[in-house]
Amino acid sequence: MSRAALLVLADGRFPAGGHAHSGGAEAAVKAGRISGAADLEEFCRGRLHTAGLMAGAFAAAAVLGAEVRELDAAADARTPSPALRGTARKLGRQLLRAARVTWPGPELDAVAREFPKGAHQPVVLGVVARAAGLSVADAAYCAAYECVSGPATAVVRLLSLDPFEATGVLARLAPEVDRVVDQAVEAARGAAGGGVDVLPAGSAPLLEIGAEWHAGWGVRLFAS
Amino acid sequence: MDGVTATGVRATARIVAREDGRGGTSLPVLEGQGPLALRRTRGSGAEARVMVVGAMSGPLGGDRFSVEATVERGARLCVGSAAATIALPGQAKGEARYDVRLDVADGGELRWLPEQLISAKGSDLHVTTRADVGAGGRLVLREEQVLGRAGEEPGRLTSRLTVRVAGKAVLDQELACGPGVPGGWDGPAVLGGHRAVGQLVVVRPEFEAEPVAARMLGECAALTPLVGPAVLVSAVAVDALRLRRVLDEALGHLSG
Repeated sequence: MSRAALLVLADGRFPAGGHAHSGGAEAAVKAGRISGAADLEEFCRGRLHTAGLMAGAFAAAAVLGAEVRELDAAADARTPSPALRGTARKLGRQLLRAARVTWPGPELDAVAREFPKGAHQPVVLGVVARAAGLSVADAAYCAAYECVSGPATAVVRLLSLDPFEATGVLARLAPEVDRVVDQAVEAARGAAGGGVDVLPAGSAPLLEIGAEWHAGWGVRLFAS
Repeated sequence: MDGVTATGVRATARIVAREDGRGGTSLPVLEGQGPLALRRTRGSGAEARVMVVGAMSGPLGGDRFSVEATVERGARLCVGSAAATIALPGQAKGEARYDVRLDVADGGELRWLPEQLISAKGSDLHVTTRADVGAGGRLVLREEQVLGRAGEEPGRLTSRLTVRVAGKAVLDQELACGPGVPGGWDGPAVLGGHRAVGQLVVVRPEFEAEPVAARMLGECAALTPLVGPAVLVSAVAVDALRLRRVLDEALGHLSG
């Protein structure tokens, strides 16, 4: 296992297209729900404990070898917004495209063949982490961290927020990211025996509703 | 009463709805227990109606309530409740549980329309609702959570809602809010200070061939097609009254 491989995968510059997405922050800014660093922190915290825990657990479960098709269907059931399902598949497809060149192997090729339109991004992330020789916790870290770093970076652009303040938010959330990763790994291990139904299903109504609203806009800075 | 233990009240209510062969629906099983009393009320057409009548307050800490409803092939059932359910703190330590299991056979129809669940200050309730609908079954299911009585801080509430159609999960969501749950639940990603949150799930075999398009219902509610013959209306609102208005309107859209 290479620790540097984790840095490659977790790097915001890894060419998987994540920079074009705000993780719901653009809709929240426009609705007036995020207007500064304090709101951003609460937004990220809520996202971390719902979508982030779920993403971490799904990525971890994929590293442990859970069926990709089963995980993907379970992710669909946990994502009622069609806009968010579309985004998750698009990001999954883009990640897979980059990873097949970065860490080539038959397992990634098989996922690409089975899901030509893309599988949910956290599931793909887990499969990719496995191909890169990363651990279960590494995969959960990538997923959970990405779920807060995406909105933090986006809000810097959306509100002209001081980037130091946005990074401060991420640093303050770090202990909670650690806890969410522990929960995600535990849940993924539970799913190895109990099936995908036991995986977390944390719902964030405003993220789901906001995603549908955002998808209907004619002009927007971010794709989601 | 049998169900009262040192750790709280245990009560199970059971309903079985069966086609009566004369164009109506009979209820061969209609068993309430303790705080979960059941009354058959006047139905309409082929549909039988049942009211859950709270005979005690609760659930309180340590209580274990469950309701099981089975709708057989060709039967039609509507279940409502006479009043809101209020989760309250109790003498017994630990959380209270409320588990709802709904089974709708192929060709059966269930409308599950209880009043709100109110999470009062100091309460700790874990709710699970699981609906299994057969391939040609129909379901309308409404859940509304109200965080605190008027002007009151909410208790701790976790509510998981799972809907399966023909054995496949089409919806699996868990909402956690109140003191003691991981942070951010009241923030801009989850509830944003709203005190009422609701879900309306409609399962109809016709949605398979004619899926419903996603649409916004005002600023704080969206109707979304699920992966399967089902839609979800998800809404947040400042209070229970406005939440009900949005969900009723959504049901109107789907019926019209």
